[in-house]
Order: sequence, then C-alpha cells, then structure tokens
Amino acid sequence: MAVTSMSTPDSALAGPAAATAVGEPMPMAVSSRRRFLTVLRSPLGIGALAALMVVAFFAVFGPVLWGEAARQADLTQLSAKPSADHLLGTDAGGRDVLARVLTATRLSIVTAVLSAALGVFVGVVIGLLPTIAPRRLGRLVNSAIGVALAFPALLLAIVVSITLGVGATSVTLAIGLAMAPSYARLTQTLGASVTGRDFVAAARILGVSRARILVRHVLPNVRDPLIVNASISAGTALVAATGLSFLGLGVQAPDYDWGRMLNESMGAIYVNPAPSLGLGAAIVFAGVTFALAGEVLARAFGLHRPSGRRRRRKTTGSTAASPVPQVAADPVLRVRGLRVEAPRGDGWATPVRGISFDIDRGEIVGIVGESGSGKSLTCMAVASLLEEPLHVTASSVQFDGTELVVRGKVPGRARSKSLAQQLGTRLAFVFQDPSTSLNPALHVGTQVAEVGLLHGGLSRREARRRAVDRLAAVRLSDPARRARQYPHEFSGGMRQRATIAMGLMGEPALVIADEPTTALDVTVQREVLALLRRVNREHGTAVMFVSHDISLVASFCTRVLVMYRGAIVESLSTEDLANGRAAHPYTRALVAAVPHMDADPGTEFATITEGAEFPLDAVREGSV
Amino acid sequence: MTTEPTVTLLTGTGAGPDSATGTFRGRGGRLGAFIVRRLVRLAYSVVTLVTVVFLMVRLIPGDPVRNALGINATAAVVEAQRESLGLNDPLWTQYLNFWKGLLTWDLGDSFSLHLPVTTIIEQRLPATLELAFLSLALVLLVSIPLGIVVAALTRGGRRPTVDLAYTSASGLFAVIPEFLMGVALVYFFAVQSHLLPVAGRTDPSSYVLPVLALSIAVAAGVSRIVRAEALTVFEQDYIRTARAKRMSRWRLYFRHALPNLVTSSLTVAGIVLGSLVAGTVLIETIFSWPGLGLTIVDAVRSKDFPLAQGIVIVYGLIVLVSNLLIDIVLVCLDPRSALKDT
Repeated sequence: MAVTSMSTPDSALAGPAAATAVGEPMPMAVSSRRRFLTVLRSPLGIGALAALMVVAFFAVFGPVLWGEAARQADLTQLSAKPSADHLLGTDAGGRDVLARVLTATRLSIVTAVLSAALGVFVGVVIGLLPTIAPRRLGRLVNSAIGVALAFPALLLAIVVSITLGVGATSVTLAIGLAMAPSYARLTQTLGASVTGRDFVAAARILGVSRARILVRHVLPNVRDPLIVNASISAGTALVAATGLSFLGLGVQAPDYDWGRMLNESMGAIYVNPAPSLGLGAAIVFAGVTFALAGEVLARAFGLHRPSGRRRRRKTTGSTAASPVPQVAADPVLRVRGLRVEAPRGDGWATPVRGISFDIDRGEIVGIVGESGSGKSLTCMAVASLLEEPLHVTASSVQFDGTELVVRGKVPGRARSKSLAQQLGTRLAFVFQDPSTSLNPALHVGTQVAEVGLLHGGLSRREARRRAVDRLAAVRLSDPARRARQYPHEFSGGMRQRATIAMGLMGEPALVIADEPTTALDVTVQREVLALLRRVNREHGTAVMFVSHDISLVASFCTRVLVMYRGAIVESLSTEDLANGRAAHPYTRALVAAVPHMDADPGTEFATITEGAEFPLDAVREGSV
Repeated sequence: MTTEPTVTLLTGTGAGPDSATGTFRGRGGRLGAFIVRRLVRLAYSVVTLVTVVFLMVRLIPGDPVRNALGINATAAVVEAQRESLGLNDPLWTQYLNFWKGLLTWDLGDSFSLHLPVTTIIEQRLPATLELAFLSLALVLLVSIPLGIVVAALTRGGRRPTVDLAYTSASGLFAVIPEFLMGVALVYFFAVQSHLLPVAGRTDPSSYVLPVLALSIAVAAGVSRIVRAEALTVFEQDYIRTARAKRMSRWRLYFRHALPNLVTSSLTVAGIVLGSLVAGTVLIETIFSWPGLGLTIVDAVRSKDFPLAQGIVIVYGLIVLVSNLLIDIVLVCLDPRSALKDT
C-alpha cells in the first residue's frame, strides 16, 4: 500500500473481494470457527501470527527493555558507524540507534492503531447514516463521501494539522479523520447490499425499527470485511504517520517515532546509512505484518477464495474405445480415439471418452446430446483449441487432409505457420452466445477483416473491402456502415451473421457451429440456419452442427451423432431418426422427449428422468 | 443488452436505441451531454472541496494566528492580525470573501515568505505536475504490459513458480512506501555508486530517482490489478473467437485483450493518481524537489496557514480535474462507459 492515500491499489483490491463476500449471506455457522483455525495453522497464518507477536512484543516491552539505553548519550561516539557496541551505530547525540528504533516501536504502533481505530469508528458512523437517515440527507452524505474519497488522505491529514498544530495527538487525529471517508464508503456499500436483501425487507415489513435493523442485521453482516480492512489500514496508518513525522509534521522532540528518526538519519545518510536502512526495515516489517494479518483474517472469514492450483496431466496412451466408422473416401474431418480429460477435485474427469467419427465434405452433421455430454468440448478439441489444464489425446485427428495430432496429443494451438493458415482459413467457428463471442472493444469490420489480414495475404484496405463484401454476403444491410460499428450496436441475429461472415473470409471446408441458435429467438434462428445452409450449398462447406434440440437437428442435418456422457452412442441418418429407426435407448428417450403439436393437450411432457442410466456401448451404425 | 434501457433513462429524450436496427442515434450529442454532466459534478466537487478546507481551518479548535505568532505574542497583536485577516468577521462574510479571493486568484499573502500565495503557487506548480504526470506515465507504461504478460504466462494455473515469484515480489514492492523507496534509491544510487543526482530539479537525470521512487510501489500494485483483470478477459468468449482465427500470442493479447483492459486500467489510474499527487509531498522533501510539496511542508511547519490552505486547494483541483480528463478519455475510448455512469 502506498503511503499517502487510502485509495491504494491494495485496498482497491480488498474492496471488491469484500463486496463479493457480502453478496452471499454469511452464515454465522460452526464451520467458521474451524476455518479460522485451519487458516491460522497454515504457513501464512503462522507467519502472520509470529510477526504480530514480534511487533506486539517490541511495542509493549521496547521502552521497558531498551528505553534506558536509548537515552544514554555516548559523547565520544557521535554519529558513529555500526560497531559491536552499537549495531546500527549512534545518532548525532551519541545515542544507540538500535535501542532507539526498538523503543520507538511503541509510539509508532500506538499512533497507527489508534488512528486506524478512529478512522474505522468515524467512518462506520458516517457510512451508516445513508442506510438509516432520511433519503435526502443520505444522498448528501453519500456525495460528500465521494468528494472526500477523491482527495488524497495525506493531504487531508496536512489540512487537519494546519489547525491542530503538529505533534503525536494531532497526527493521530489527522490520519484517523483522513481514513474515515474510505470506511464510510465501505460501510455504506456493504450496508446497502445488506439492506437490499430479503431478510431485511422482511424485518422491515414486520415493523422492526430502523435502528434495530441496523444493529441486528446490518452490523453483523458488515463486521467481517470491516475488521479485515481495519487490519490492513493499521499498516497504512503506520506508513502515513511515519511519513508525516518524516516531514516534520508529526511527533516532535523530545518524543521520537520511526518517522522522526528517519528524518534525522537521512541528513547523515552519506556518513552513516545504517540507521536509515534499519529504520526502513522496521517500518516495512511492521507494515507487512499488518497487511499479512489482514490477508489471514480475510481468508479466515472466507472473504478470499484460495487460488486453486492446477495440475498437469501426464500423457498417457489413448485407446479408441468407441467403434471405428467406415472409412469415407476423403472426409473433411476424421477423428479417431479423441479423449478429453479435465482436472476435477483430486483426480481427473473424462468428459470425452475416446470417440471416433468422420464428417464428409459438404455434409451437414448434427451432434446432439444433453448438456454436459461433451459436445462443445469435442468441437473445441477437434479444432485444436483446447488448452491446459484440459488434456486432449487422440490417435488421429485429420482436418482437410492434415494430421493435427502430435505425439498422441492435440495441441492447443497450431504448431506451424502453414497449419495456422490452414486452420484459420479452412475451418470456421460459430459460437453459442453471439453477445459474448465478438470482441466488444473492436469494430465488427475489423474483426471480420482480420483473417484476411492474417492468412489471406491481403493489405489492410483489401481485407476491409473483403470484410464489407462478406458482411453483404450474409445479407447485412448497409454493410459498409455496419463494419464501422461495435458489436453492442448489433442485434443478436446480426452478430451471429457477422460471425459467419468472419468464417467466410477464408474458404472454409468446415463450419463448426456450436449451438449457434440457442441464444436466439425462433425467427432469427431460422434465418441463421438458412444462412448456414446457403453457405453449405454455395461453397460446399461441411457443417458440424451442435445442438441439444434433436428436432432442430433432424430438420437441418443429413446425419446425426448422438453423444451421451462423453461417448458417441449412435450415428444415424436423419431419415432413420425421423422414421423411428433409432436403436439406442438414449436416442429413443431424446426423441420421445420432444413435445408434439398434435399430442393430446392433457398428456404430460415426456422427460428423461434425472439420474436415468443408459448404456454407454455404441450401437453399430447402419447406412450413412 | 442490459445497457440499452439505461441509455433511455440517462438521456431521457429519444436518443435511446433504435429498436429496428439496434443502433444509437446522436452519438456526438451523447458525448457532449456526458461532458456537461461531468462538468456539473466537477463544479459540485470543487465547491465541496473549498468549503471543507475553509471550514476545517476555521472550525477545528485552535487558532492558526496564535499558532503562527507563538505563545509569546500579546493578545493585542494576535487580535490585530486576526482582524487584518478578516478572521473576526462572521463566518458567512469570511466564506464569501474566500470565494471572491479564489475567483480573482488572490489568496492573500504568505506569513513566512511575504509574497502573494498565488505567485508562490505559480512558481512551484510546474515542478509538482511534472513529477506526478511523469510518474503516472511510467506507472501505466510498466504496469499494463507487465500485468498482461504475467497473466498470459500464468493463466489457467500455468507456471506456478512464475505466479509465486510475481505475487511475492509485486506484493512486497507494493507495500514499500514511496519515501522508504526514496531512501533506498538514495542509498543505492547516490551513497553507494554516485550514479544519479539526488537533489534538485536540474538536468533530465535528476528526474530519474524521484520519479522511480514515486512510481515503483504504485506500479507494482496496479500491475496486480491489471493482471487480475487480464485473467478475466482471457476467459471471455471473444478471446476464444480470436484464437479460432489462429493468430500470434502477441496479437491475441495486445490487439484483442488490451483494448478490453484499457477501461479498467484507466479507472485504476484515476484512483492511483490521488496517491501519486500526495506522494509528491514526501518525494519532494527527500529529493529537495522545488515543488508544491516542499512548500506546503515548510508552510505547515512555519504555521503559514494562508499558503498551506491555498496549496491544499490546488492539490485538490489537480486531482479532480485529472479525474475528469481520465473519464473523458475513457468515454472516447469506450463509448459504452458513458452508459455505466450514473
């Protein structure tokens, strides 16, 4: 944390963390006690506790043990360099610097803790005002807090000391008051998030008074984040108080704290740097101690989620578990034994279990299955887009005649420039949610043009012209103007068209469309499908169409792959599907779950029962 | 499309989304309206700032004149001085006179330097602005690329050692206060090696240490925030879309991720600017930098309250105006951020 302002990067970090924590009601449960002990026993907890004990020890006993030595002036040794007698040397008055540093711990720490406490108290009182005061007053307080926050705390402290004069008391008051606005804001934010919640509304309806709501409901919920921030602030206050004393605005002679000592030792830094460095170490140690204590408290209260560490999966040989399809003459995509593994808990989950399939040139193949069956992962894996910590293996993935598997693995990115060019131009992607799959900060035209720029050898202007042409090809009106707009200026269907246009910058042999219409309404859905079909017809582009909607797949595709729990359990033509020739029980269940318009309105919808088990063995495919 | 209704609420008149095409009309008008709204808020903040400084100096127990003249001055002398400064007038009169002085750029004379406060401020302001804005530039130039690169290296739990090393180093640098960093830099670059000048503002090399001392802690802290933001951006769908185009990592991070980080980085810059400006007070003292900081410390020490209060107001104006500028830059870079504004 920087010395001077409460709005330091670290407290800015602590803010959102604290805020998310109140987002969910904090159960004051038994487990909190256990978590506290667990965190305290962690290396971080032990370190923080030990450091706190060291600081507390010197604050309590420093003046008792070394106070006498700190006063003793050795007039034969003025501003002496470090020696066996004086480990950090002596000051201009011949007094031992180390003894003075240790003695000064008490004043420095007490000033810091008191001003932090004052800041928290004043801040909480002001911050609760908007929660309980009349709305108008609340709003006024709110904006005053806003202005005060914009103003650096050190400068506020200086303003206060203009009138209070200099000295330890006025420094404590000055820093305390200067810290108050940030606590007011924190309290007010936390308070607002609590008062908006259901149980407070319920209490209010039941006629509980505002004051009682405050004490019973608001305070307990804002308590933990406040304690954490108070601990961090003690460090900030220490640094600020030291800074003020260093400027000569704080503690005055004959008293001394670390800041005033640093001020004196800086004058002699060329002669004897040891005192300055020793003081610096003391200040940093105490500052880090408070920061660590804050971190430990935050974890103990469960305000931080510990960052999970991911493990790397050792490459294992993969075996093709599912049936190998009949070999087509020249498929655009040929997959054998594709397996995706993901770390889960202590072990590994296998969301895709060694599947094999082909997609012929110009074919429209649907992949259906319930969510979590591995459809999307399959798409990303065959496109060579899955990265660590996911682990993708296969015995072969051939796209457009090129083998993507290297040493049994499908890498997360193209291994060579020519492969990048091939994948970039011959393979197009349409993702599920058009509202998030386009970059919000770049013009749509720029994003469409990029493939031409990267792989088409086009100049910036040529790429742009082609992008406008492609946008026209997907039937966007006024494409030149549209190209200069941002995605947020497009409707959902228009964004999905733009994504398809992006794919058409090259000469795609395959479009992987991962639930491209799920996020769209029915009319727009039909338009997007018609566009994909047109691309298929005009360019001979194969389409790998992923959906959980089996009736949509049946109407759009020529062949269907049914996925269940990471395996392809059936591959059949849509004709067979439509004529009820599905063999696998899971496929039948999916078909049965589709509601029919001509069904008796009284009948219940057929569903796949939660937890129902189907065999994972594939059914041999019939005619393609 | 959750932002769309907000637009209508904000602008009130038909500048909302055109439902047929989803486009916005009156783009330039929106920016203008935003700037006007921000100027109103700035005016409000300035009034608050001036009022608070005015009240603090006058209402906090303690007599600045008695402070300045010392306990040996007779009551008559103190009274005469109070009278001549107008401190015995009713509060309202004082307040109005204070504003009149401020608007005519006349903040009275300094007790200690016997010069108009405004003249002193005009002399010292450039040095402080240079220090603060060079540091801000350095912070942004270092922390944004650093945060992105570290995020790129460690995303998805990769390279735990890099993660650990970066987290500890940046955490340590972020907690070292700038004046201690100043002391350390003086020790290494002047006491140990005589490489760089440590006092005054002369040739370009004299800028190095003060700017470094002011920037290092802030840059470390900001880079942590940028990294956290970058990790979030890397998880976004549009990064997956970009990866599907098979581009270089460099292009992916700096062409596709960076523009989405600029908004949050600049917002953070607005926040840290306050601490940079305040940090100049300490840094100027350590490096004898002839700016406002050195002057205000002297003013407070010699109990020169007209000078101190004038400088505090100028500091406040610097922070408020720069925040306004940052907000305007933000809106120009990312028009959507004007919509989030309330």
